Amino acid sequence: MIAAIETTWYLLLAALVFTIGAVGLLIRRNPLVMFMCIELMLNAVNVTFVALAFQLADIDGQTAVLFVLVVAAAEVVVGLGLIVSILRSRPGATADDLAELKG
Amino acid sequence: MSDATFLEYVVFFAAALMMIGGAIGVVIFANPVHSALGLVLTLFGVAVQFVAMDAHFLAAVQVIVYAGAIVVLFLFVIMLLGVDTAADLAIDPIKIQRPLAAVMGVGLLGLTAAAIVKARNSLELAPGEGIARAVDLGDHDANIRQLADSLFSDYVFAFEFTSVLLIVAVVGTVVLTRRWPRDPRSESK
Repeated sequence: MIAAIETTWYLLLAALVFTIGAVGLLIRRNPLVMFMCIELMLNAVNVTFVALAFQLADIDGQTAVLFVLVVAAAEVVVGLGLIVSILRSRPGATADDLAELKG
Repeated sequence: MSDATFLEYVVFFAAALMMIGGAIGVVIFANPVHSALGLVLTLFGVAVQFVAMDAHFLAAVQVIVYAGAIVVLFLFVIMLLGVDTAADLAIDPIKIQRPLAAVMGVGLLGLTAAAIVKARNSLELAPGEGIARAVDLGDHDANIRQLADSLFSDYVFAFEFTSVLLIVAVVGTVVLTRRWPRDPRSESK
């Protein structure tokens, strides 16, 4: 007889995905890929929320995930708008090229 | 070993493999399109974990909103800008950056893992009112019902404010991406 899956495993998995996203955010230069890494980190936190909602038998964790989804959608829209307007004026720009804000 | 528990293990590890593989793919693929597909893999893995943890509505929203809308938006922007070319990842413009990032990653993972393992015994504390399970109640909409009860009673103000947030985000994006005419007077002619 093996034990049921513990909440700790979900939390460790979420921590691992969060770390991969954070490292990716630091080492990649393409603004689009950096943005995807931020999405990875948001999803890792969502897994943590749902795992603790499951463990503590409290629906509030799932409600919080719903709000994270809404904020993530708004954030992606604004961020991609910024990236489009930046890359339109300077094709092929990386995060290093954006050190100054002069258009 | 009961079959149900064995199946839970299979689901957990398959979904965990999807999540980790997709996440590593996002970071190491040179082409942004491949990174976006890695992100889709991770998002589906997260949706599977949500189903395993009785968050059925969130799993559906995860697939529809994240994999369906956000990743498509990413792909749209990649294709619109024509940046679907492979970057040379061997170039490291700031020499010490990658070793430092690796150190930070190991440190972050070590600290969070230590905190999680240390907090393991306190997870039993303060249980809430319970999560409605469709299987127990024989009600397919149990999760949606409970989530709606929480959302439209305790969090109704926050819910209303998210509509403001979305409107502001849409208007802001239109303002950011629109090509404004050089001379404002020339637009009326």
